[in-house]
Amino acid sequence: MTDTTVHTPLPDLPFLNPDGPRAHRGFRQGRWKRAVDVRDFIQKNYTPWTGSPDFLQGPTDATRSLWERVLELMKEEQRKGVLDADTETVSAITSHEPGYIQRELERIVGLQTEKPLKRALMPFGGLRMARKALESHGFQMSPATDQAFRSIRKTHNDGVFDVYTDEIRRARSSGIITGLPDSYARGRIIGDYRRVPLYGVDRLVEDKEAQLDSLEVASLDEETIRLREELSEQLRALGELKSMAAAHGFDIGGPAGDAREAFQWLYFAYLAAVKEQNGAAMSLGRVSTFLDIYLERDLAEGTLDEAGAQELVDHFVMKLRMVRFMRTPDYDALFSGDPTWVTEAIGGMGLDGRTLVARTSMRFLQTLRNLGPAPEPNLTVLWSERLPEPFKRFCADISMETSSLQYENDDLMQEFWGDDYGIACCVSAMRIGKQMQFFGARANLAKALLYAINGGRDEISGEQVGPTLSPITGDRLTYDELWPRFDTMMDWLAGVYMRALNGIHYMHDKYYYERLEMALHDRDVLRNMACGIAGLSVVADSLSACRHAEVRIHRDERGLAVDFEVEGDYPAFGNDDDRVDVIARELVERFMGKINRQTTYRNAVPTQSVLTITSNVVYGKMTGSTPDGRKRGEPFAPGANPMHGRDREGAVASMRSVAKLPYEHALDGISYTFSIVPGALGREGSDRTANLVGLLDGYFREGGHHVNVNVFNRETLLDAMERPEEYPQLTVRVSGYAVNFNKLTREQQEDVIARTFHELR
Amino acid sequence: MENVRGWLHSVESAGTLDGPGIRRVLFLQGCPLECLYCHNPDARPYRCGRETDSYTQLREIARNRDFLIRSGGGVTASGGEPLGQADFVHSLFAGCREMGIHTALDTSGYLGARASDALLRVTDLVLLDIKHIRPDRYRELTGRNLEPTLTFAHRLAARGVPVWIRHVLVPGYTDDPEALDALAGFVRGLGNVERVEVLPYHKMGEWKWVELGIENPLVDTPEPSEAAVDDARSRLRRSGLPVF
Repeated sequence: MTDTTVHTPLPDLPFLNPDGPRAHRGFRQGRWKRAVDVRDFIQKNYTPWTGSPDFLQGPTDATRSLWERVLELMKEEQRKGVLDADTETVSAITSHEPGYIQRELERIVGLQTEKPLKRALMPFGGLRMARKALESHGFQMSPATDQAFRSIRKTHNDGVFDVYTDEIRRARSSGIITGLPDSYARGRIIGDYRRVPLYGVDRLVEDKEAQLDSLEVASLDEETIRLREELSEQLRALGELKSMAAAHGFDIGGPAGDAREAFQWLYFAYLAAVKEQNGAAMSLGRVSTFLDIYLERDLAEGTLDEAGAQELVDHFVMKLRMVRFMRTPDYDALFSGDPTWVTEAIGGMGLDGRTLVARTSMRFLQTLRNLGPAPEPNLTVLWSERLPEPFKRFCADISMETSSLQYENDDLMQEFWGDDYGIACCVSAMRIGKQMQFFGARANLAKALLYAINGGRDEISGEQVGPTLSPITGDRLTYDELWPRFDTMMDWLAGVYMRALNGIHYMHDKYYYERLEMALHDRDVLRNMACGIAGLSVVADSLSACRHAEVRIHRDERGLAVDFEVEGDYPAFGNDDDRVDVIARELVERFMGKINRQTTYRNAVPTQSVLTITSNVVYGKMTGSTPDGRKRGEPFAPGANPMHGRDREGAVASMRSVAKLPYEHALDGISYTFSIVPGALGREGSDRTANLVGLLDGYFREGGHHVNVNVFNRETLLDAMERPEEYPQLTVRVSGYAVNFNKLTREQQEDVIARTFHELR
Repeated sequence: MENVRGWLHSVESAGTLDGPGIRRVLFLQGCPLECLYCHNPDARPYRCGRETDSYTQLREIARNRDFLIRSGGGVTASGGEPLGQADFVHSLFAGCREMGIHTALDTSGYLGARASDALLRVTDLVLLDIKHIRPDRYRELTGRNLEPTLTFAHRLAARGVPVWIRHVLVPGYTDDPEALDALAGFVRGLGNVERVEVLPYHKMGEWKWVELGIENPLVDTPEPSEAAVDDARSRLRRSGLPVF
């Protein structure tokens, strides 16, 4: 099946392509012509690149001028918090007039509102949240809009709270389940935005009409009714997408005819999605190798040179860097900064053994040099040991220069998701256009452990939140006494957690359905119910302490265990020590087993992640002292990381512990954040590059799923805390994504600095 | 191959500074020198720290084998002074050789006589720190004689064991231009030196002196400037050495 013949685009010869549109000239035919199948198009037409990055070009003058203008706006925004916000018009695909930064310089056009960085009004997730977001930045929602929603338009948030049970409410306010998307849009759905340039909107409409026709069935049951309504909504959204483009002067009814159009069509599709939805993560998918086909064709036809190709990529990425949503300060504290998770998956390998790295993969990474480091788009390298060596080294160099990349294990994920999957948010893999997920935030396992000790009572409020089970009454905490209680408490937790998620996603589908994004999916998609856990290393270390050291319980006047004293050493997660690493592994597998037992909305297939984003700080705040010696309020480690300072044997040992966590029981991803000072990577440039490549190869070969790579000195961060104005673009990778360091709260900045840095000894 | 008892100070699973590639660095407890600029004074006393044996350590190394081999790295015995536990090192290195793992010995050479021929046969690289080429200055710096180190260097040369010379640049102690020239002359004569590394003295180990409650004689010595490090490097390079 392997087709290894070198494919260069053929000239535009009429006999080669008798019935295809001119836009498809030179493309090799295949299934993609007969059905909507972007993967097939890519496989038939892309050119793998195994060479060096020497061909890359710097920014053009237009790019420089335009980016300078954007940076000015961003600086002003940083000063004010929010540059401008719409207080009246509810955002929709066609709600705003076209906006420009500096029209004559923009190769790619389109903004969320009529002005750059002006935030749109998006109240469908929750009216109160939208109002609070405006007020906290000194704006006031227009009374007419506010009133209209209150009286005639129910939101997702209203719906969810109509159905929440008392039990869910208690679990939610105690913080044992948190971050639930019940008052904001869930996000984490990736439209296959590539379909729009490849096919044009008209063809996609025909396809959706055929799907609707396929549901001309004898009996209309609830499922079919819902699907028919959704397909009708999708068709409407596609129509609006076409109108939005027309307002900008483009007819996107047909396929894109050249590279610039391909970028523009694709961006319009993405733009329509972010005008309609302010989802927690609005990821892009996997577009660079797809777009490469158009760039290569233009280069071969002589209508574009390398500088021009890079300019298109730079301008496109600039637009992605400008995506904004109106958030409340609480939300920003939970997620750190102002994230949008415009995640783009780059590289990886094809099923036929050819690499999916194309020259445009490198062009996307090059934007971090041309425009400087930035958190968005969330550039994610799909790593395989078989990636071309020059590409690996280039990635390592970019990581060392910018700390803006994350890496995920393509060799691992390919087995599950094939070779045309993207990453939603941080670590959630999904086949593009064929799979979506119901985002489920996470359950706090550390708190569940304390509930097990305290018989279901909350260690902070004293309230009975969990089931009334017999508490531990002795002064010493033993593993044998704790484990069965904890196991039962996890049973309860998995149940209440799934009940909450079922309610949330029922209502999101009903009141804030992702019309446009789902219009860029197949009719029938695989749905995942993406659960998650927080506090893994805290719990693993706590259980290890109970087993290998002496843990004494201190109780308060309410009789609640509120503090623990650990005597003696215990093996801590992060040192490649199986005595505790198997506990961590068992926890992941066990909780997944309990999630698997639940009934899910729309028969979604449950998965879980070990990911905290940056809410490890917030979760820690809400959780009492734990038996590992962590004190009340102290942050958890992020994602699957070992606890701060407890991994004492350096990076390889730490990575090996994390790599032992079973991906097959955490298919929504396992996040690990790795920070290292440049000097600890080697004495000089080329050594450091080779060693970073070696660490990545080694970690992924061991089965690690994800890693953020930060390369900088602690002193740099300390200085940036004091003099933020000197570091306007300092980017830090946190759990699963990157943030601008200046946008973190002081507490989060301190947490990032306190995390284990792999240093010299 | 025997299972030999040993004492470790600590382990770094991802060392990149003590030999090529990514290395598992075992810091062995105990050192006979009393260097003024020591950055691991807590590793000086013998027979304390973490007690272990070579088989246990080899099992750990085996688990990391892929990481080490594929990155072009290996295992480094450092310290302390690894030759203070020469039998332990021999057992470790013999095991590494069986597993195809590159071995490096990071030593002052003062205990070179304890390195048996058998140990040198399973040693792929020696990181040799001569500290000072003048016997009087060497004694001032370390409290010991220079001569055993030079003897060891000649022995390594005669056997053709690859050597990286490491020179810690301490302002006012080891940066004297004439001494650097003399060091270069000695090194050039050996013929088995693949690399000369100039390591700027750093003060990151200072807290350890404080913690141990011993007086740090270099408390007022600054780290060398970048220019001074560059000067030292170019001086050695001018003598025809492969300096890094």
